[in-house]
Amino acid sequence: MKKSIVASLLAIAMSPLLAQVAVEDPWVRGTVPQQRATGAFMQLTAETDARLVAAESPVAGVVEIHEMAMENDVMRMREIPGLDLPAGQTVELKPGGYHVMLMELKEQMVGGAVVPITLVFENPAGERFSQEVEAPVTALGAAREATGHSHQHRHGHGH
Amino acid sequence: MTFMLCARTGRLFIACALMVCLLAACGEDGVRFNATDITGANYGQGFELPDSNGQLRTLEDFRGEVVMLYFGFIQCPDVCPTALTRAVEIKQALGPQGEQFRVVYVTVDPERDTPEIVRAYLDAFDPGFVGLHPGTDELPQVADAFRVFYRKVPTGDSYTMDHTATSFVFDPQGRLRLAVSHAMEVPPIVADVRTLLQQTN
Repeated sequence: MKKSIVASLLAIAMSPLLAQVAVEDPWVRGTVPQQRATGAFMQLTAETDARLVAAESPVAGVVEIHEMAMENDVMRMREIPGLDLPAGQTVELKPGGYHVMLMELKEQMVGGAVVPITLVFENPAGERFSQEVEAPVTALGAAREATGHSHQHRHGHGH
Repeated sequence: MTFMLCARTGRLFIACALMVCLLAACGEDGVRFNATDITGANYGQGFELPDSNGQLRTLEDFRGEVVMLYFGFIQCPDVCPTALTRAVEIKQALGPQGEQFRVVYVTVDPERDTPEIVRAYLDAFDPGFVGLHPGTDELPQVADAFRVFYRKVPTGDSYTMDHTATSFVFDPQGRLRLAVSHAMEVPPIVADVRTLLQQTN
């Protein structure tokens, strides 16, 4: 009995269910009153192959994973079903690329506030696991916004 | 509303316009710009639209200033704030000449971009930025006049907008001179704005 418990604990420990995704440098873009949508940005590094498939936040009625693309200088923004996170590779969610889209905002995103976000991942076996993130709000128009331009971008370090 | 509409050859993407201008090479005085020189373009000749205070504005109001006009929507998490941040950086880099650099934001989302939201939003970047509000009925005409593409795209229970992210630059005489792509960095744009200001001095 005892042995089997140890065995199953070991199995859980080895299981991709406990796979980790390192989340670095999360931030949410500030809003003005009545603005109902904004984006959350961060860097994700999965220990083993994973996929970001959903996100939730108490501040938003609807949360989606979005991709921004430029075609002939026309901006297109689309929900994507998931974002692949190959093992060991840092995938950046940043202006000009991917973001977690927070919609139906219930309150204004004021600079300095902290937004809890639950990220839902899926491993290659289709098993889901989630991770809590606390993303500080960067006031609209603050210097941090400039991360959209590569020359000011700060790169994170994988764990 | 008085818009100088180009011949309707269908809804052209801005890229087509840019190609034509590239073929036309550099503009008057042999001056080369970093952005796409569209001097003499037969579109985007002006506007007459209410600002966030309900006051009608035209290019005439900004004589003596270089005007950078951008189409966007506020419920946009990405491109629009990035463009506005870039505009702030351009103005700062211009130093004292920044007084002669005006950013004009035209909403492509009149339903949600109320004057209150737009004013609050632009103030977060620079209180000198001007918001313009075409009505839902006049937006197609305004966008056509600048060959700007926009489209509502449903997402969740809401919608987002695809739109042209090009900024249009007018010289201090109110003539359309440059098309600045979203990807362009601050320093080359600053150089172009300085060139336009020098041409008039």
